[in-house]
Amino acid sequence: MKLNGARIIAQSLVEEGVKVIFGIPGGTITPFYDVLPEYPIHHVLVRHEQGAAHMADGFGRASRDVGVCCATSGPGALNLVPGIAAAYLDSSPMVAITANVPFDQIGKDSFQECDITGITLPITKHSYLVERVQDLPRVMKEAFYLARTGRPGPILVDVPKDVLLAETVFAYPKTVHIPGYSPTVQGNVGQIKRAAALIDGAKHPVIIAGQGVLISHAEQELKALVETTGIPLITTLLGIGCFPESHPLSFGLLGLHGMAYANYAVHESDLIVAIGMRFDDRVTGKVEEFAPNAKIVHIDIDPAEIGKNVRVTVPIVGDVKNVLERLNQEIISSEHVEWVDQLKAWRVKHPATEVRKSEKLLPQYPIKAIYDVTQGEAIVVADVGQHQMWAAQLYWYNEPSTFITSGGMGTMGFALPAAIGVKMAKPDKEVWVVIGDGGMQMNIQELATAVQEGVDIKIALINNFCLGMVRQLQDLFYEKRFVATPLSGPDWMKLADAYGIKGFRATRQEEVRGIIEEARRVKGPVLLEFQVETAENVYPMVVPGRSLGEVMVG
Amino acid sequence: MKHTLVALMEDRPGVLSRVISLFRRRNFNIESITVGHTETPDISRMTLVVDGSKPLVEQVTKQLYKVINVRKVSDVTEDPTVDRELALIKVSAKPATRTEIMQIVEIFRAKVVDVAATSLTVEVTGPEDKIESLISMLRTFGIKEIVRTGKVSMVRGSIATRETTGAGTSNGTGNASN
Repeated sequence: MKLNGARIIAQSLVEEGVKVIFGIPGGTITPFYDVLPEYPIHHVLVRHEQGAAHMADGFGRASRDVGVCCATSGPGALNLVPGIAAAYLDSSPMVAITANVPFDQIGKDSFQECDITGITLPITKHSYLVERVQDLPRVMKEAFYLARTGRPGPILVDVPKDVLLAETVFAYPKTVHIPGYSPTVQGNVGQIKRAAALIDGAKHPVIIAGQGVLISHAEQELKALVETTGIPLITTLLGIGCFPESHPLSFGLLGLHGMAYANYAVHESDLIVAIGMRFDDRVTGKVEEFAPNAKIVHIDIDPAEIGKNVRVTVPIVGDVKNVLERLNQEIISSEHVEWVDQLKAWRVKHPATEVRKSEKLLPQYPIKAIYDVTQGEAIVVADVGQHQMWAAQLYWYNEPSTFITSGGMGTMGFALPAAIGVKMAKPDKEVWVVIGDGGMQMNIQELATAVQEGVDIKIALINNFCLGMVRQLQDLFYEKRFVATPLSGPDWMKLADAYGIKGFRATRQEEVRGIIEEARRVKGPVLLEFQVETAENVYPMVVPGRSLGEVMVG
Repeated sequence: MKHTLVALMEDRPGVLSRVISLFRRRNFNIESITVGHTETPDISRMTLVVDGSKPLVEQVTKQLYKVINVRKVSDVTEDPTVDRELALIKVSAKPATRTEIMQIVEIFRAKVVDVAATSLTVEVTGPEDKIESLISMLRTFGIKEIVRTGKVSMVRGSIATRETTGAGTSNGTGNASN
């Protein structure tokens, strides 16, 4: 059967089980849109390509499978860039399809031409510029394979318009052959035994679990490891949800705005078992003084992560689930009562899940109220800033992939579009967006997409009339010179009205619970504006250049 | 310390820019790069000289492996190798100095490949230090132009640097098997 390039792409998506894609048409990609209605794929028309990329990212993280977005050549492709970068930094599986000008016009500065494969080189796991239609089925197969295996990441497939129109015999490959790519799945048994010996001998061990646990579906194996060894567990920001936070051995989040007790524990530990995480600077604090007395076991599927930022005693390259299965056979049952009691004592001294008492409406208050009202059952998609940290701190997440946020890139404007993708991946789950007035104004146009798709998301706008996280830096380190952080916005209730959605506003504590409850009764997107105190800082905080042991508790 | 890495990669458009982009993005300082064809069609070979600590060189190697089109990377610094570089040196030559220059060229087993009224062009091949010392000898006469290829290395003995075969094939389902 002969198909043109556009149909080959669509048919390949069907073969890969793709049911929804996010995009917006333009000149060169029109051949693809022209044939799209022939295929059982729902296309979500976004209002800006950045939204499409974040939606695909959100979809990918919530479904733990590949999210797909598409864009036209030139500006369309360029608009995907922040979304691709956010997906890359957070190892999110994504396939981005862009059209380009016809192949013989590439390099001529043609209308809406840009070198998108060149521009995205440092922010993609791999990319393709497809020269011949005969290569397309193989490229599509490889793109999905690369996106979802090993350490996942975004793959860009750039297809010139003439390749979209050219025809060839279509047969979707059943296998892939990529000689330069074979992720190590099985951990080295000798190394695993060495790790087990360190675990058995440790007096003050901690486990730091990251998103790798979620990607690898290793929640059960992690739980078995924690419960057998009695080692307290701490997560990274993206690792949240990989282990129930209500568990007695769960000790929250570490790093910049992590819990004081988690940071003390890591700082005082004699062994760190790091699982599927990458020792980001927000996690380590001053890296030279990170966990000075600890030996480190580092388990990760990406060998380049091992030894990149911190010295490692026992490296184990492999798939987390696979390695933990084997490790669990080697460890002996144990407990660390005194050490865990020490962590509990630190926690009593510096609790993290309480909102400070105040007459005013503090920004933390509505975030905590959402947790209470939803009983922690909802998926929270947090944007970037102070509210993001409070959403991480004040909630106890007990299920995998229930806290979704742009961690590595910290892309403001992520949450609204990402939540649309999340909800489409998880239609049965209640989805809340926690976002600031800064981030909301960065991709506000996607409200129209939410309305058009009837996506049932509740948007909690924590309106502090400023760019809060930067304001906090100015407050603490720039002698309160609040340059360019006060922020105005629209009348949010009128804006909700203009988009044809329900809007609710709270300015006092007493109103908060009521509007959350009311919003939950509305089907479809709802905007809740909480007008909160401006002068509120996120604590604990590890001051830049300081070690975790010097965490400021506020 | 200086490390010499040999990388085998697919010879297709864009691969070189992937590798170069990686060095820039990761802030790796590369002293020299040479690329050329190999005994295997569609595989090119890059010789890299990196000045840095062992952990840094390890990072360079691991990051290179992450480039999908890179098939094999080996650090040959500790191996016995044949190292060669080629340089063309255009040196000022007056009738009075010409013979002296040619004597030096002779001692270094280099060749004069072009003669002009006021200059000689010398071709020299060898390890880096040999080229360095010839250049320093010729400097007194006045060097007009130098071009150097950068170093290529080959491990001595009968074992060849090849990619390992058999890796990278999968049923393509992507279910944790790979």
